[in-house]
Amino acid sequence: MSQSYNRGLIEDFGRWKEFSAGMWAWIFHKFTGWMLIGYLFTHIAVLSSALTGPEAYTNTIQGLESLFIIRVLEVGLLAVAVFHILNGLRLLMVDLGVGLEAQDKSFYASLILTGIIAVASVPTFMDGVTI
Amino acid sequence: MAERYSSFAPGGTAWLLQRITAAFLVVVLAFHFFLLHFVNHAADVTFAGTQARMENVGYFLTMVLFLIAGTFHGVNGVYNALINQGLEGTQKKVVLAVLVIASVGLIAQGIWVAIEMAGW
Ligand code: HEM
Ligand code: HEM
Repeated sequence: MSQSYNRGLIEDFGRWKEFSAGMWAWIFHKFTGWMLIGYLFTHIAVLSSALTGPEAYTNTIQGLESLFIIRVLEVGLLAVAVFHILNGLRLLMVDLGVGLEAQDKSFYASLILTGIIAVASVPTFMDGVTI
Repeated sequence: MAERYSSFAPGGTAWLLQRITAAFLVVVLAFHFFLLHFVNHAADVTFAGTQARMENVGYFLTMVLFLIAGTFHGVNGVYNALINQGLEGTQKKVVLAVLVIASVGLIAQGIWVAIEMAGW
């Protein structure tokens, strides 16, 4: 099981050069988590155009989706979500005490898989939009 | 030696709920992305299409549960991260109040929108 040891003040981001894989995983997980909750608030705000009426909703979504920058941001959101999911699963395993010896490897695996899934989804996400 | 970095005190209620909601979110979030990007293109979303999905009681309930679980998990995460950074006393109470109000507002708004989408 996990044992405690003196990790120093890890909240001190000035020490980033000394960070280990687990530390980076923790920072990325925070960053992606905050992005997702921020997105959720925005998401509900956009979907709220449904309250004005069917046309407002359809026009709002299709208007946004016709913008190149929105598509780029959506790929970014996908990458953020995929990393948070994969690393989140990794954290759940760590808490259950499964695969503790492979913690670093599973973090790198999360990163690589996130990259692959994000790149693979680009054609679908960018479909029918031009700069 | 196992490394363990977390914003949460292990074994607490907040910690447990964070993990339970996470397990649920894995499934619905993946489902959501898949449905709205690959099965239906996001650019082709129309009110009629959304309504057709939302009219289905199972889908409606899934989305509302997704909304509640996502909001709880996200806000609980933010709150615990702040506590982990040393938030305490009056500030802690104020932050908690603000976060609770924001969450209840988001969930209420989301459910209202969902009902409107379903056309009920
Ligand atoms: C870019 C990616 C996304 C697209 C295109 C998208 C699109 C949509 C659409 C069109 C709906 C309306 C329901 C329907 O038509 O079936 C919806 C609902 C919803 N989405 Fe997303 N979504 C995305 C990402 C996300 C993410 C990352 C989250 C979680 C943080 C999320 C959470 C929700 C929730 C909770 C609802 C239900 C809203 C309600 O109950 O009022 N979505 N989404
Ligand atoms: C899809 C599946 C998801 C999984 C498996 C997951 C997993 C986790 C886990 C295990 C933690 C705790 C990390 C720790 O101990 O410090 C966490 C934190 C967090 N999650 Fe998620 N999560 C998911 C989805 C989401 C969503 C949809 C949101 C936003 C609406 C979100 C926002 C956050 C935030 C803000 C934190 C706190 C990060 C911090 O410490 O600052 N997560 N997640």
